[in-house]
Amino acid sequence: MTPKRRQKLFVILGLVSLAAIAVGLTLFALRSNINLFFSPVQIAAGDAPFERTLRAGGMVKEGSVSRDTETLDVAFTVTDYVDDVEVRYSGILPDLFREGQGVVVVGELTQEGWIRADEVLARHDENYMPPEVAQALEDAGYSPEDYQAKAAEVAKRVGAQAGNDDSRQTN
Amino acid sequence: MWTFIHKLGSPKWFYVISARLLPWFWAAAAVLIVVGSIWGLAFAPADYQQGNSFRIIYVHVPAAFLAQSIFVAMAVSGLIFMVWKIKIADMAAAMMAPLGAAMTFIALFSGAVWGVPTWGTWWMWDARLTSMLILLFLYVGVIALRGAFSSRDSASRAASVLALVGVINIPIIKYSVDWWYTLHQPATFSVTSRPAMPLEMWMPLLIMVLGFYCFFIALTLTRTRSEILRREATKHWVRELAGEGR
Repeated sequence: MTPKRRQKLFVILGLVSLAAIAVGLTLFALRSNINLFFSPVQIAAGDAPFERTLRAGGMVKEGSVSRDTETLDVAFTVTDYVDDVEVRYSGILPDLFREGQGVVVVGELTQEGWIRADEVLARHDENYMPPEVAQALEDAGYSPEDYQAKAAEVAKRVGAQAGNDDSRQTN
Repeated sequence: MWTFIHKLGSPKWFYVISARLLPWFWAAAAVLIVVGSIWGLAFAPADYQQGNSFRIIYVHVPAAFLAQSIFVAMAVSGLIFMVWKIKIADMAAAMMAPLGAAMTFIALFSGAVWGVPTWGTWWMWDARLTSMLILLFLYVGVIALRGAFSSRDSASRAASVLALVGVINIPIIKYSVDWWYTLHQPATFSVTSRPAMPLEMWMPLLIMVLGFYCFFIALTLTRTRSEILRREATKHWVRELAGEGR
Protein backbone atom coordinates (compact mmCIF):
# COMPACT_ATOMS: atom_id res chain seq x y z
CA MET A 1 0.00 0.00 0.00
CA THR A 2 1.46 3.33 -1.03
CA PRO A 3 1.69 6.08 1.61
CA LYS A 4 -0.83 8.13 -0.33
CA ARG A 5 -3.40 5.33 -0.32
CA ARG A 6 -2.74 4.63 3.34
CA GLN A 7 -3.38 8.27 4.14
CA LYS A 8 -6.58 8.24 2.11
CA LEU A 9 -7.76 5.08 3.86
CA PHE A 10 -7.19 6.67 7.29
CA VAL A 11 -8.91 9.90 6.28
CA ILE A 12 -12.00 8.03 5.07
CA LEU A 13 -12.15 5.70 8.06
CA GLY A 14 -11.59 8.67 10.38
CA LEU A 15 -14.45 10.63 8.82
CA VAL A 16 -16.77 7.64 8.99
CA SER A 17 -15.89 7.08 12.67
CA LEU A 18 -16.53 10.73 13.45
CA ALA A 19 -19.90 10.54 11.74
CA ALA A 20 -20.66 7.36 13.67
CA ILE A 21 -19.80 9.07 16.97
CA ALA A 22 -22.02 12.03 16.08
CA VAL A 23 -24.94 9.75 15.23
CA GLY A 24 -24.31 7.66 18.33
CA LEU A 25 -24.35 10.67 20.64
CA THR A 26 -27.51 12.00 19.00
CA LEU A 27 -29.30 8.68 19.43
CA PHE A 28 -28.07 8.46 23.02
CA ALA A 29 -29.42 11.94 23.76
CA LEU A 30 -32.75 11.09 22.13
CA ARG A 31 -33.03 7.62 23.63
CA SER A 32 -36.18 8.35 25.62
CA ASN A 33 -37.90 9.63 22.47
CA ILE A 34 -36.85 6.63 20.42
CA ASN A 35 -38.33 4.16 22.89
CA LEU A 36 -41.67 3.23 21.42
CA PHE A 37 -43.49 2.99 24.73
CA PHE A 38 -43.40 3.65 28.45
CA SER A 39 -43.15 0.62 30.66
CA PRO A 40 -45.34 0.43 33.80
CA VAL A 41 -42.27 1.17 35.94
CA GLN A 42 -41.74 4.47 34.12
CA ILE A 43 -45.43 5.32 34.49
CA ALA A 44 -45.33 4.51 38.20
CA ALA A 45 -42.24 6.71 38.55
CA GLY A 46 -44.14 9.60 36.98
CA ASP A 47 -42.13 9.81 33.77
CA ALA A 48 -45.23 9.63 31.58
CA PRO A 49 -47.34 12.73 30.90
CA PHE A 50 -51.02 12.86 31.91
CA GLU A 51 -53.87 13.41 29.44
CA ARG A 52 -51.62 13.28 26.41
CA THR A 53 -51.38 10.57 23.80
CA LEU A 54 -48.72 8.10 24.80
CA ARG A 55 -47.84 4.49 24.28
CA ALA A 56 -47.41 2.03 27.10
CA GLY A 57 -46.12 -1.48 26.75
CA GLY A 58 -45.68 -4.63 28.73
CA MET A 59 -47.29 -8.00 29.30
CA VAL A 60 -51.01 -8.57 29.82
CA LYS A 61 -51.17 -9.76 33.41
CA GLU A 62 -52.46 -13.30 33.84
CA GLY A 63 -56.10 -13.32 34.97
CA SER A 64 -56.55 -9.56 34.60
CA VAL A 65 -58.67 -9.44 31.42
CA SER A 66 -62.32 -8.66 32.04
CA ARG A 67 -64.69 -8.22 29.12
CA ASP A 68 -68.08 -6.56 29.19
CA THR A 69 -70.72 -9.04 28.11
CA GLU A 70 -72.85 -6.41 26.30
CA THR A 71 -70.25 -4.19 24.60
CA LEU A 72 -66.74 -4.35 23.26
CA ASP A 73 -65.38 -2.78 26.44
CA VAL A 74 -62.46 -4.61 27.92
CA ALA A 75 -60.19 -3.88 30.87
CA PHE A 76 -56.87 -5.48 31.62
CA THR A 77 -53.65 -4.86 33.49
CA VAL A 78 -50.32 -4.32 31.76
CA THR A 79 -47.35 -5.38 33.83
CA ASP A 80 -43.59 -5.50 33.53
CA TYR A 81 -43.51 -7.81 36.57
CA VAL A 82 -42.46 -4.83 38.74
CA ASP A 83 -45.31 -2.35 38.39
CA ASP A 84 -48.79 -2.56 36.90
CA VAL A 85 -50.99 -0.15 35.01
CA GLU A 86 -54.68 -0.63 34.26
CA VAL A 87 -55.94 -0.23 30.69
CA ARG A 88 -59.53 0.27 29.54
CA TYR A 89 -60.34 -0.15 25.89
CA SER A 90 -63.37 -0.34 23.68
CA GLY A 91 -62.88 -2.03 20.35
CA ILE A 92 -61.65 -5.11 18.60
CA LEU A 93 -58.47 -6.61 20.01
CA PRO A 94 -55.79 -8.09 17.72
CA ASP A 95 -55.87 -11.86 17.22
CA LEU A 96 -52.72 -12.37 19.21
CA PHE A 97 -54.05 -10.57 22.28
CA ARG A 98 -54.16 -12.87 25.27
CA GLU A 99 -53.03 -13.06 28.85
CA GLY A 100 -49.27 -13.34 29.15
CA GLN A 101 -48.83 -11.74 25.73
CA GLY A 102 -46.84 -8.57 25.08
CA VAL A 103 -48.93 -5.54 24.09
CA VAL A 104 -48.43 -1.90 23.20
CA VAL A 105 -51.42 0.34 23.96
CA VAL A 106 -51.88 3.79 22.48
CA GLY A 107 -53.96 6.09 24.66
CA GLU A 108 -54.03 8.69 27.39
CA LEU A 109 -52.96 8.31 30.99
CA THR A 110 -55.74 9.63 33.22
CA GLN A 111 -55.16 11.48 36.49
CA GLU A 112 -56.36 8.37 38.34
CA GLY A 113 -53.49 6.41 36.83
CA TRP A 114 -55.23 4.17 34.33
CA ILE A 115 -54.92 4.34 30.57
CA ARG A 116 -57.80 5.13 28.25
CA ALA A 117 -56.66 3.20 25.19
CA ASP A 118 -57.53 4.14 21.61
CA GLU A 119 -55.59 1.29 20.09
CA VAL A 120 -54.19 -2.00 21.35
CA LEU A 121 -51.36 -3.67 19.45
CA ALA A 122 -50.02 -7.14 20.13
CA ARG A 123 -46.33 -7.83 20.39
CA HIS A 124 -45.00 -11.28 19.88
CA ASP A 125 -41.68 -12.81 20.72
CA GLU A 126 -39.17 -14.43 18.42
CA ASN A 127 -40.00 -17.97 19.51
CA TYR A 128 -42.03 -19.69 16.85
CA MET A 129 -43.26 -23.25 17.26
CA PRO A 130 -45.79 -25.65 15.82
CA PRO A 131 -49.12 -25.97 17.71
CA GLU A 132 -48.26 -29.53 18.74
CA VAL A 133 -45.10 -28.31 20.41
CA ALA A 134 -46.93 -25.51 22.21
CA GLN A 135 -49.54 -28.01 23.41
CA ALA A 136 -46.88 -30.43 24.57
CA LEU A 137 -45.12 -27.63 26.45
CA GLU A 138 -48.35 -26.59 28.11
CA ASP A 139 -49.16 -30.16 29.08
CA ALA A 140 -45.70 -30.51 30.56
CA GLY A 141 -46.33 -27.39 32.65
CA TYR A 142 -43.78 -25.05 31.15
CA SER A 143 -44.38 -21.31 31.21
CA PRO A 144 -43.78 -19.11 28.14
CA GLU A 145 -40.40 -18.08 29.55
CA ASP A 146 -39.17 -21.65 29.29
CA TYR A 147 -40.25 -21.94 25.67
CA GLN A 148 -37.03 -20.88 24.09
CA ALA A 149 -34.93 -23.20 26.20
CA LYS A 150 -37.21 -26.16 25.72
CA ALA A 151 -38.70 -25.64 22.27
CA ALA A 152 -35.91 -27.26 20.34
CA GLU A 153 -35.71 -30.47 22.33
CA VAL A 154 -39.47 -30.90 22.66
CA ALA A 155 -39.83 -30.31 18.94
CA LYS A 156 -37.55 -33.24 18.35
CA ARG A 157 -39.64 -35.46 20.62
CA VAL A 158 -42.98 -34.32 19.20
CA GLY A 159 -41.76 -34.28 15.61
CA ALA A 160 -41.70 -38.07 15.60
CA GLN A 161 -45.40 -38.47 16.44
CA ALA A 162 -46.89 -35.34 14.84
CA GLY A 163 -47.92 -36.23 11.32
CA ASN A 164 -50.92 -33.93 11.14
CA ASP A 165 -50.52 -30.31 10.10
CA ASP A 166 -53.51 -28.76 11.85
CA SER A 167 -53.03 -25.10 12.65
CA ARG A 168 -55.27 -24.89 15.69
CA GLN A 169 -54.46 -22.07 18.00
CA THR A 170 -54.05 -22.64 21.69
CA ASN A 171 -56.01 -19.83 23.22
CA MET B 1 -3.70 -15.18 -3.22
CA TRP B 2 -2.69 -11.57 -3.81
CA THR B 3 -2.13 -12.15 -7.50
CA PHE B 4 -5.60 -13.67 -7.69
CA ILE B 5 -7.14 -10.57 -6.08
CA HIS B 6 -5.14 -8.31 -8.39
CA LYS B 7 -6.34 -10.32 -11.35
CA LEU B 8 -9.92 -10.02 -10.14
CA GLY B 9 -9.43 -6.26 -10.07
CA SER B 10 -8.85 -6.17 -13.79
CA PRO B 11 -12.09 -6.05 -15.78
CA LYS B 12 -10.87 -8.59 -18.29
CA TRP B 13 -9.99 -11.22 -15.72
CA PHE B 14 -13.10 -10.55 -13.70
CA TYR B 15 -15.09 -11.15 -16.87
CA VAL B 16 -13.35 -14.48 -17.50
CA ILE B 17 -13.44 -15.76 -13.91
CA SER B 18 -17.06 -14.73 -13.25
CA ALA B 19 -18.17 -16.60 -16.38
CA ARG B 20 -17.03 -19.81 -14.73
CA LEU B 21 -18.70 -19.08 -11.37
CA LEU B 22 -21.94 -17.70 -12.73
CA PRO B 23 -23.83 -20.90 -13.66
CA TRP B 24 -23.14 -22.40 -10.23
CA PHE B 25 -24.56 -19.43 -8.37
CA TRP B 26 -27.64 -19.21 -10.61
CA ALA B 27 -28.26 -22.94 -10.23
CA ALA B 28 -27.75 -22.84 -6.45
CA ALA B 29 -30.05 -19.81 -6.13
CA ALA B 30 -32.81 -21.46 -8.19
CA VAL B 31 -32.62 -24.77 -6.35
CA LEU B 32 -32.40 -23.26 -2.86
CA ILE B 33 -35.20 -20.73 -3.39
CA VAL B 34 -37.54 -23.30 -4.96
CA VAL B 35 -36.83 -25.90 -2.26
CA GLY B 36 -37.02 -23.32 0.53
CA SER B 37 -40.29 -21.81 -0.72
CA ILE B 38 -42.06 -25.14 -1.13
CA TRP B 39 -40.76 -26.43 2.19
CA GLY B 40 -41.52 -23.21 4.04
CA LEU B 41 -44.91 -22.49 2.51
CA ALA B 42 -46.33 -26.00 2.28
CA PHE B 43 -44.55 -28.36 4.64
CA ALA B 44 -43.19 -26.38 7.59
CA PRO B 45 -45.61 -26.40 10.52
CA ALA B 46 -47.77 -23.37 11.26
CA ASP B 47 -46.99 -21.28 14.33
CA TYR B 48 -48.97 -22.00 17.51
CA GLN B 49 -50.02 -18.35 17.87
CA GLN B 50 -49.97 -16.85 14.40
CA GLY B 51 -51.04 -19.84 12.35
CA ASN B 52 -50.16 -19.58 8.70
CA SER B 53 -49.33 -15.87 8.67
CA PHE B 54 -46.04 -16.92 10.28
CA ARG B 55 -44.94 -18.19 6.85
CA ILE B 56 -44.26 -14.61 5.75
CA ILE B 57 -41.03 -15.06 7.69
CA TYR B 58 -39.66 -17.12 4.78
CA VAL B 59 -39.62 -14.01 2.59
CA HIS B 60 -39.33 -11.29 5.19
CA VAL B 61 -36.19 -12.43 7.01
CA PRO B 62 -34.08 -13.30 3.91
CA ALA B 63 -35.06 -9.99 2.28
CA ALA B 64 -34.15 -8.04 5.42
CA PHE B 65 -30.83 -9.90 5.64
CA LEU B 66 -29.97 -9.06 2.04
CA ALA B 67 -31.09 -5.45 2.40
CA GLN B 68 -28.51 -4.92 5.13
CA SER B 69 -25.75 -7.12 3.67
CA ILE B 70 -25.95 -5.43 0.29
CA PHE B 71 -25.53 -2.03 1.88
CA VAL B 72 -22.42 -3.23 3.74
CA ALA B 73 -21.10 -4.75 0.50
CA MET B 74 -21.74 -1.45 -1.25
CA ALA B 75 -19.87 0.49 1.43
CA VAL B 76 -16.90 -1.91 1.32
CA SER B 77 -16.83 -1.65 -2.49
CA GLY B 78 -16.99 2.13 -2.13
CA LEU B 79 -13.99 2.09 0.23
CA ILE B 80 -12.01 -0.14 -2.13
CA PHE B 81 -12.85 2.14 -5.03
CA MET B 82 -11.92 5.32 -3.14
CA VAL B 83 -8.62 4.03 -1.75
CA TRP B 84 -7.32 1.62 -4.36
CA LYS B 85 -9.10 3.04 -7.42
CA ILE B 86 -10.32 -0.37 -8.50
CA LYS B 87 -13.01 0.25 -11.10
CA ILE B 88 -14.61 -3.17 -10.72
CA ALA B 89 -15.52 -2.33 -7.12
CA ASP B 90 -17.37 0.75 -8.27
CA MET B 91 -19.19 -1.10 -11.04
CA ALA B 92 -20.28 -3.81 -8.60
CA ALA B 93 -21.45 -1.19 -6.08
CA ALA B 94 -23.49 0.54 -8.76
CA MET B 95 -25.07 -2.74 -9.85
CA MET B 96 -25.93 -3.82 -6.29
CA ALA B 97 -27.85 -0.71 -5.31
CA PRO B 98 -31.18 -1.37 -7.10
CA LEU B 99 -31.36 -4.94 -5.75
CA GLY B 100 -30.65 -3.65 -2.25
CA ALA B 101 -33.40 -1.06 -2.57
CA ALA B 102 -35.78 -3.74 -3.87
CA MET B 103 -34.94 -6.05 -0.95
CA THR B 104 -35.45 -3.24 1.56
CA PHE B 105 -38.82 -2.53 0.01
CA ILE B 106 -39.76 -6.23 0.11
CA ALA B 107 -38.74 -6.44 3.77
CA LEU B 108 -40.80 -3.36 4.66
CA PHE B 109 -43.78 -4.47 2.59
CA SER B 110 -43.83 -8.07 3.83
CA GLY B 111 -43.37 -6.75 7.36
CA ALA B 112 -46.39 -4.46 6.94
CA VAL B 113 -48.49 -7.31 5.56
CA TRP B 114 -47.37 -9.47 8.47
CA GLY B 115 -48.00 -6.71 10.98
CA VAL B 116 -51.71 -6.43 10.23
CA PRO B 117 -52.74 -9.91 11.44
CA THR B 118 -50.19 -10.14 14.27
CA TRP B 119 -49.62 -6.68 15.75
CA GLY B 120 -52.87 -5.13 14.60
CA THR B 121 -51.18 -2.36 12.62
CA TRP B 122 -49.22 -2.21 9.41
CA TRP B 123 -46.88 0.56 10.47
CA MET B 124 -45.53 1.91 13.73
CA TRP B 125 -42.73 4.43 14.13
CA ASP B 126 -40.61 2.14 16.23
CA ALA B 127 -36.82 2.11 15.99
CA ARG B 128 -36.55 -1.02 13.83
CA LEU B 129 -39.15 -0.01 11.28
CA THR B 130 -37.96 3.59 11.08
CA SER B 131 -34.27 2.68 10.67
CA MET B 132 -35.26 0.24 7.92
CA LEU B 133 -37.19 3.02 6.15
CA ILE B 134 -34.09 5.23 6.43
CA LEU B 135 -32.13 2.41 4.77
CA LEU B 136 -34.55 2.53 1.85
CA PHE B 137 -34.02 6.29 1.57
CA LEU B 138 -30.24 5.78 1.69
CA TYR B 139 -30.47 3.31 -1.19
CA VAL B 140 -32.60 5.73 -3.18
CA GLY B 141 -30.09 8.48 -2.36
CA VAL B 142 -27.14 6.39 -3.56
CA ILE B 143 -28.94 5.54 -6.80
CA ALA B 144 -30.01 9.15 -7.33
CA LEU B 145 -26.50 10.50 -6.64
CA ARG B 146 -25.09 8.30 -9.37
CA GLY B 147 -27.51 9.80 -11.82
CA ALA B 148 -26.99 13.37 -10.68
CA PHE B 149 -23.44 13.92 -11.97
CA SER B 150 -22.38 14.29 -15.57
CA SER B 151 -18.90 12.95 -14.78
CA ARG B 152 -18.90 9.30 -13.83
CA ASP B 153 -15.91 9.67 -11.53
CA SER B 154 -17.58 12.35 -9.40
CA ALA B 155 -20.80 10.32 -9.31
CA SER B 156 -18.92 7.22 -8.17
CA ARG B 157 -17.10 9.11 -5.44
CA ALA B 158 -20.24 10.81 -4.16
CA ALA B 159 -22.13 7.50 -4.10
CA SER B 160 -19.23 5.80 -2.30
CA VAL B 161 -19.12 8.49 0.37
CA LEU B 162 -22.87 8.25 0.94
CA ALA B 163 -22.64 4.45 1.17
CA LEU B 164 -19.77 4.72 3.67
CA VAL B 165 -21.54 7.22 5.87
CA GLY B 166 -24.86 5.39 5.51
CA VAL B 167 -23.35 2.16 6.74
CA ILE B 168 -23.62 3.63 10.26
CA ASN B 169 -27.33 2.86 9.96
CA ILE B 170 -26.69 -0.89 9.71
CA PRO B 171 -25.69 -1.51 13.36
CA ILE B 172 -28.57 0.77 14.35
CA ILE B 173 -31.01 -1.47 12.45
CA LYS B 174 -29.44 -4.60 13.88
CA TYR B 175 -29.39 -3.53 17.51
CA SER B 176 -32.49 -1.29 17.51
CA VAL B 177 -34.57 -4.09 19.02
CA ASP B 178 -32.07 -4.52 21.86
CA TRP B 179 -31.30 -0.86 22.57
CA TRP B 180 -34.84 0.49 22.64
CA TYR B 181 -38.38 -0.65 23.36
CA THR B 182 -39.83 -1.55 19.99
CA LEU B 183 -42.95 -3.21 18.65
CA HIS B 184 -40.75 -5.47 16.56
CA GLN B 185 -39.51 -8.56 18.36
CA PRO B 186 -35.78 -9.32 18.76
CA ALA B 187 -33.85 -11.12 16.03
CA THR B 188 -35.28 -14.43 14.90
CA PHE B 189 -32.46 -15.82 12.94
CA SER B 190 -28.81 -15.83 13.73
CA VAL B 191 -26.09 -17.88 12.16
CA THR B 192 -24.06 -17.88 15.35
CA SER B 193 -26.59 -18.73 18.07
CA ARG B 194 -28.91 -21.66 18.57
CA PRO B 195 -32.16 -21.27 16.63
CA ALA B 196 -35.13 -19.94 18.62
CA MET B 197 -37.47 -22.20 16.71
CA PRO B 198 -37.63 -25.92 16.05
CA LEU B 199 -35.53 -27.36 13.27
CA GLU B 200 -38.45 -28.08 10.92
CA MET B 201 -39.23 -24.35 10.87
CA TRP B 202 -35.63 -23.19 10.92
CA MET B 203 -34.23 -25.33 8.09
CA PRO B 204 -36.42 -23.87 5.31
CA LEU B 205 -35.55 -20.41 6.59
CA LEU B 206 -31.83 -21.19 6.43
CA ILE B 207 -32.27 -22.53 2.89
CA MET B 208 -34.16 -19.39 1.84
CA VAL B 209 -31.48 -17.13 3.33
CA LEU B 210 -28.72 -19.02 1.49
CA GLY B 211 -30.80 -18.99 -1.70
CA PHE B 212 -31.29 -15.23 -1.49
CA TYR B 213 -27.55 -14.73 -1.00
CA CYS B 214 -26.74 -16.90 -4.03
CA PHE B 215 -29.30 -14.94 -6.04
CA PHE B 216 -27.64 -11.68 -4.97
CA ILE B 217 -24.17 -12.93 -5.96
CA ALA B 218 -25.39 -14.33 -9.28
CA LEU B 219 -27.33 -11.21 -10.19
CA THR B 220 -24.49 -8.87 -9.19
CA LEU B 221 -21.96 -10.87 -11.22
CA THR B 222 -24.26 -10.91 -14.24
CA ARG B 223 -24.98 -7.20 -14.07
CA THR B 224 -21.34 -6.31 -13.39
CA ARG B 225 -20.32 -8.30 -16.46
CA SER B 226 -22.63 -6.33 -18.71
CA GLU B 227 -21.48 -3.10 -17.04
CA ILE B 228 -17.85 -4.07 -17.80
CA LEU B 229 -18.72 -4.54 -21.46
CA ARG B 230 -20.55 -1.22 -21.51
CA ARG B 231 -17.76 0.78 -19.87
CA GLU B 232 -14.90 -0.97 -21.65
CA ALA B 233 -16.59 -1.12 -25.03
CA THR B 234 -13.69 0.62 -26.72
CA LYS B 235 -11.03 -1.70 -25.22
CA HIS B 236 -9.19 -4.12 -27.39
CA TRP B 237 -10.21 -7.29 -25.55
CA VAL B 238 -13.91 -6.40 -25.66
CA ARG B 239 -13.74 -5.77 -29.38
CA GLU B 240 -12.01 -9.10 -29.80
CA LEU B 241 -14.76 -10.78 -27.78
CA ALA B 242 -17.42 -9.14 -29.89
CA GLY B 243 -15.57 -10.10 -33.05
CA GLU B 244 -15.66 -13.71 -32.04
CA GLY B 245 -19.41 -13.40 -31.74
CA ARG B 246 -19.57 -14.62 -28.14
